[in-house]
Amino acid sequence: MTPFPRNQWYVAAYRDEVGDDLLGRTVCGEPLMLYRLQDGSVAALADRCVHRRYPLSMGHRDGDRIVCGYHGFTYEPSGACAYVPAQTRIPRTARVPAYPVVERDSLVWVWIGDPQVADTATVPRAPWLDSPGWTVVRGMEPLAARYGLLVDNLLDLSHETYLHGGYIGTPEVAETPITTEVDEDARIVHVRRRMKDVACPPFYARSTGIEGRIDRWQDIEYHPPCLYLLHSRIAPTGVEPGPDGDDSAACHAEIVYAITPETETTTMDFWMVARDFATGDEEVSRFLAESNRTVVLQDVVALNALEKVIATEPAGYQELSINIDTGGLAARRLLRKLVEQ
Amino acid sequence: MSDVTARETARTVYTIRWSPGSDRLHGVCHCGAEHEAEDPVLMWRWLLAHPDHEACDEASRPW
Ligand code: FES
Ligand SMILES: [Fe+2]
Ligand SMILES: [Zn+2]
Repeated sequence: MTPFPRNQWYVAAYRDEVGDDLLGRTVCGEPLMLYRLQDGSVAALADRCVHRRYPLSMGHRDGDRIVCGYHGFTYEPSGACAYVPAQTRIPRTARVPAYPVVERDSLVWVWIGDPQVADTATVPRAPWLDSPGWTVVRGMEPLAARYGLLVDNLLDLSHETYLHGGYIGTPEVAETPITTEVDEDARIVHVRRRMKDVACPPFYARSTGIEGRIDRWQDIEYHPPCLYLLHSRIAPTGVEPGPDGDDSAACHAEIVYAITPETETTTMDFWMVARDFATGDEEVSRFLAESNRTVVLQDVVALNALEKVIATEPAGYQELSINIDTGGLAARRLLRKLVEQ
Repeated sequence: MSDVTARETARTVYTIRWSPGSDRLHGVCHCGAEHEAEDPVLMWRWLLAHPDHEACDEASRPW
């Protein structure tokens, strides 16, 4: 089993999930407890009381302090223990780890590794999630499968034709030239597929209102380990971006996944669809949310099945890779590199 | 301007193009070396062998 790249930022929650209540989440095997402080910032503490391991998320808050629900150890947002029951001496080791947190683009990112090397400038961005002119639908599905299976899945969209036929898949997705590019310095995998004059899948026909054949771009940008962006462009066939880069005649959907390992064999599959068309149309929002969730759940069923297969297979089983796996192989290599560094 | 060009050429980018229907992958290393292969594992091995593409080419032949 590949261990997790620990010195990395991971999405632990959506911004709106973290408020006055104590939210328990597990990231890379670390149980965390997140809550919003009175100054509006977010704190993340280990969700395990130093006394007898009771989850702090099952306790309650006293202002910005957290009171353990078992025997009352009380912690500051820094993780330091401010009070232990019925005695005045606070043991020196009475403290729980606090994790660096940063909120960006409506996402709450946490740093699981060495806090000394946490650099907020390295949080990858997805500005459409929190920008005027864009409307977002989203969700999170728990996956009973290792995160690498979701990475494989998202890096090869030819599976759309088979696993998501009738939703986002059309035959052309599996038949169009693909360019895979790995930027070794920026550590980004790009997989580009530019389809010309193809059928419009129901997912986009119903949401964009475009009738007839389309040009459809699928530009993947994967920032290992956690952030996956799919820049999707849908336009009536022949409509190209202007020479000045103006592309307002096309519809854009920014499909974002945050792939957050929970344990070695479970994953949080955060999915978001941001769009710059029909932005005020509630019906389109409902349709896209429902369709995308359906698609994500089709993947969840498939990946959960794969995890079971892996759990029972003999050691040393060899997969077979073909040309569609070019991007997935690149992603796996970058992930290994992040683990080793 | 020249700064941008220098940075562009300094980027370590590997590119693999593939047209489904054809079985051939076309790889381009950041050094400009190009290669054809029919298997993505062999193609990545060739690209990542930079700067020793030549040596790798022989070693990676499956037969
Ligand atoms: S377990 Fe938290 S105070 Fe005892
Ligand atoms: Fe899928
Ligand atoms: Zn080279």
